[in-house]
Amino acid sequence: MGMRRGDRFLGAAMFVPALVYIAGLVGVPLVLAFLYSVGNVTVGSVGYKFVGLANFRSVLQNPAFRGALLHSFVFTVSAQLLVIVGANILAMALRNPFRGRGLVRFLTLLPWVAPISLGAIGWKWILDSIYSVVNWALVQVHLVKPFDTPMWLGEPTLAMLSVILVHAWRMMPFSTVILLAGLTAIPRDIPEAAAVDGAGFWRTHFEITLPMMRPVIAVALLFGIIFTFTDMTVVYILTRGGPYDSTHVLPSYAFFAGILGGSLAEGAAVSVFLVPILVLVAWAMLRVAHSSEVV
Amino acid sequence: MAIVETRNLTKVFKQGQLGAVNDISLLTREGEFMVFLGPSGSGKTTLLRMIAGLEEPTGGDVLIGGRVVTGLPPRERRIAMVFQSYALYPHLSVYKNIAFPLRAQKVPKEERRPKVEWAAGLLGIGELLERKPRELSGGERQRVALARAIVREPSVFLLDEPLSNLDAKLRASAREELTQFHKRIGTTTIYVTHDQVEAMAMGDRIVVLDKGVVRQVGSPREVYDDPADTFVATFLGSPPMNLVDHGEVLAGFRPEHLLPAVLVEGPAVALTARVTGVEYLGNERVLYAQIQDGRFAGKRLIGRLPSVYHVEIAEGESVRLAIPERNLRYFAKSDGRRVEPRSLAWE
Repeated sequence: MGMRRGDRFLGAAMFVPALVYIAGLVGVPLVLAFLYSVGNVTVGSVGYKFVGLANFRSVLQNPAFRGALLHSFVFTVSAQLLVIVGANILAMALRNPFRGRGLVRFLTLLPWVAPISLGAIGWKWILDSIYSVVNWALVQVHLVKPFDTPMWLGEPTLAMLSVILVHAWRMMPFSTVILLAGLTAIPRDIPEAAAVDGAGFWRTHFEITLPMMRPVIAVALLFGIIFTFTDMTVVYILTRGGPYDSTHVLPSYAFFAGILGGSLAEGAAVSVFLVPILVLVAWAMLRVAHSSEVV
Repeated sequence: MAIVETRNLTKVFKQGQLGAVNDISLLTREGEFMVFLGPSGSGKTTLLRMIAGLEEPTGGDVLIGGRVVTGLPPRERRIAMVFQSYALYPHLSVYKNIAFPLRAQKVPKEERRPKVEWAAGLLGIGELLERKPRELSGGERQRVALARAIVREPSVFLLDEPLSNLDAKLRASAREELTQFHKRIGTTTIYVTHDQVEAMAMGDRIVVLDKGVVRQVGSPREVYDDPADTFVATFLGSPPMNLVDHGEVLAGFRPEHLLPAVLVEGPAVALTARVTGVEYLGNERVLYAQIQDGRFAGKRLIGRLPSVYHVEIAEGESVRLAIPERNLRYFAKSDGRRVEPRSLAWE
């Protein structure tokens, strides 16, 4: 069956805005990034000279970059681990009705719906070296001595931990909502049958519930990885990559080197490092989405 | 094997509302096939779920094998249950589905396979062990659910409308198989259904439930021939029992007992009625008639005339119909309960 000419034209016309939007906001910057990564551009420079892989070579030799690459993985893996475990627990807690569940659900979602910059600034105060309420509380319960409180954002390990925790806090609602949907999609009969069959809570959870939620968990995880791997908000606001570049991740490093440092080419080369990893994740995501259709 | 007992079992879902199950006390016999029969909303599934431990009673107790299990979780009750949806684990193969209760009860690995094969063999699904539930037909799924239920040799079997997802033809054969299966296993079984044919065909005894209350407990013959009240009388049987209002008392008779007077011998009540419709169903004719004259003029009756009787009956005709007196049942009009037979004026 052929479409009428008018229909075909209308279809194309309806499609164009999306195409323009994606090409303009995603395609052009992507192409630019690739071009910059093999050129000699800096902020304010005019002209363009092809330099081949020189930028990559210099970036790879930079210990700060190698640090950022490692931190990116640590940051993503730890944050997602926390998020998935936490979101699972939250989803289970929120599945069954109880008094005030609506309010709790709303509060759970809050870190996700509130602008992350606001949340992160809040955390910056919470973790501040002088005004930290965490430290105040720790002092009150005599876990740490006054005047010798942990510098949450000032010591490399603690700073990384703080960044990871705050990012996990922020991503948790997103995964919780996805997992909650997966959990409620399991017919009530199934866990009941498991209970009658003699399974306790843990066996039911690990042998029945979790395997049945596998496709949904994979979706939450892959989205989470993408959002975490490409995000620099929390790092930027809390630590700006410090102390001593100990919390820089690839996106924040690219931003500092390319935009604030003025070396567009270097920043572009750093961002391009993200591409193969993200392509891999995207491929895995599509596979999961496809396989869950079959189930 | 064990006896199941409920003592004053009550379930109220929302305070202030009528209970889903009200003060039900029942006692099964050893190895019995007991059927809970009732319309939807009668509380039969809630009652079963409380016996299984999936629903917490508001009041009363459940005893299995003489032991109070009211507070125990399902897994400590030594029961097996087949759900209406079968509730197979979709991500596990048939083998793993059937083996799951064994794993949950920590049966050693080497003992599991023979047991699974025994259960699968008993239900004729030995060939399907490597399949996933989604690759099975409705009938096969039902057998897997049954195999999963029997594999650990429970003391009580609970079945929640296990045949309702099968098509009509399969249902009849599955009914027969289930009965044979019960005879072989001999485990006390409680079977929930809204289908009176299933209840009549399979039950040793039937518990007729309505609005969370037991209306009658008895063998299929007892609940059909001697209904305890008008609810049981009209719920069982299709078409339902005819009820004629005699003021204080309702007189009831089954459609198959309303016959042309020429066919009835012995003491009987006779009526003249006009036939308003005849349905020929092959094995029988269903007669729709309206009483002519007398105090019940205009009252509609339904009769069933087996095809072995070659009596000519045509629509619009006036016929003399009779009901053998021994087939008349009497109910108090006030509460619908059965009352002693009495002689009433019919014309």
